[in-house]
Amino acid sequence: MGMKQNAATSFITTKLDAVINWSRKFSLFQFPFVTACCGMEYMAVYGAHYDGARFGAEIPRFSPRQADLLFVVGTVNHKLAPVLKRVYEQMAEPKWVVAFGACAASGGFYQNYAVVQGIDRIIPVDIYIAGCPPRPEAVLDGLVELQRLIQDEGPKGITGINPRQTKDELLLSRS
Amino acid sequence: MAEDPRQPVEEEQVSEQAPTSPPVLTALLLENFSDSVVSHHTNFGDETVVIKREGLLDLFRFLKDDPRCRFDLMIDLTAADYLPREPRFEVVVHLKSIVLHHRLRVKIPLATDEAELDTISGLWVAADWYERECWDMYGIVFKGHPNLRRLLLYDEFEGHPLRKDYDYYLQQPLVPMRKIRERHDYEHKVITPEGPKPLPS
Repeated sequence: MGMKQNAATSFITTKLDAVINWSRKFSLFQFPFVTACCGMEYMAVYGAHYDGARFGAEIPRFSPRQADLLFVVGTVNHKLAPVLKRVYEQMAEPKWVVAFGACAASGGFYQNYAVVQGIDRIIPVDIYIAGCPPRPEAVLDGLVELQRLIQDEGPKGITGINPRQTKDELLLSRS
Repeated sequence: MAEDPRQPVEEEQVSEQAPTSPPVLTALLLENFSDSVVSHHTNFGDETVVIKREGLLDLFRFLKDDPRCRFDLMIDLTAADYLPREPRFEVVVHLKSIVLHHRLRVKIPLATDEAELDTISGLWVAADWYERECWDMYGIVFKGHPNLRRLLLYDEFEGHPLRKDYDYYLQQPLVPMRKIRERHDYEHKVITPEGPKPLPS
């Protein structure tokens, strides 16, 4: 009888994926690839006021080998594109990419000979944060969205759906 | 009783109170280099001279060394493309004398097929990178420059992007571009005088 009571209170059942994803989403080590004015907002997010550390994404790592989240903050031009691609390739799996601001997401208002029209033309992107530059609230929203994405990762997703495929639908349903 | 300062200024008053400083430098250049100076004008007390590219080194050396000029600082060197005007290009040099507190703007018009002129990097070392940038963006050759390579763009880049006939939407990527869902149709087009056409792949 005592054994039955212990069994009810001393362990829970879950999937291994759920545990791993839960630990991953709260220990994001980011590589800040800061190239432009968005960097100011990035600094604001990780300052004391907005405190990105609350979400477990606390320490910037200035080596891609030690990072699993690539923050591309600012304009990327064609001369810099090989560098960004190499930084991405040097990061160890699992890795995620955030396009921070209009320039990283789409080239922003630069449509000319120099600027890459969105970093997703070079590397895959998980989260796009809109704004020129984005408010810190928008960045935190993107971070939470990324955590939701990570929590759902797995062969079929913890919830049985592939979050990357249904991202557009989710965004539509939220708006 | 003092006059009301808000009263509208009469016209004759304006003509009286707008004394332009006499174009001293222009007169000096006209006196010594009458063959080189094409035209000149003055605006808000700043003088501009348009000169021929032939013998420009002598003129710039005079501007730097003559005790009445003493232009010891080269502020800026750039170019402008006035397509379809001919001469098409204009190299613009801004000079300042820290000692004598005056400025001068020198313009050198260049035709399309002879877009080259002597370097002034031997007189002002600061001109070195300005001339490289000018070559990078406009394709203007500075003869005698010690190291005329691209300054801002990469070596693989073809053409000179600030020329007016450079295709506005043309991109020259260094890494292969991934296929993504296209956001805008116009990204795939180059606007030409004949109308939009697809990007060369």
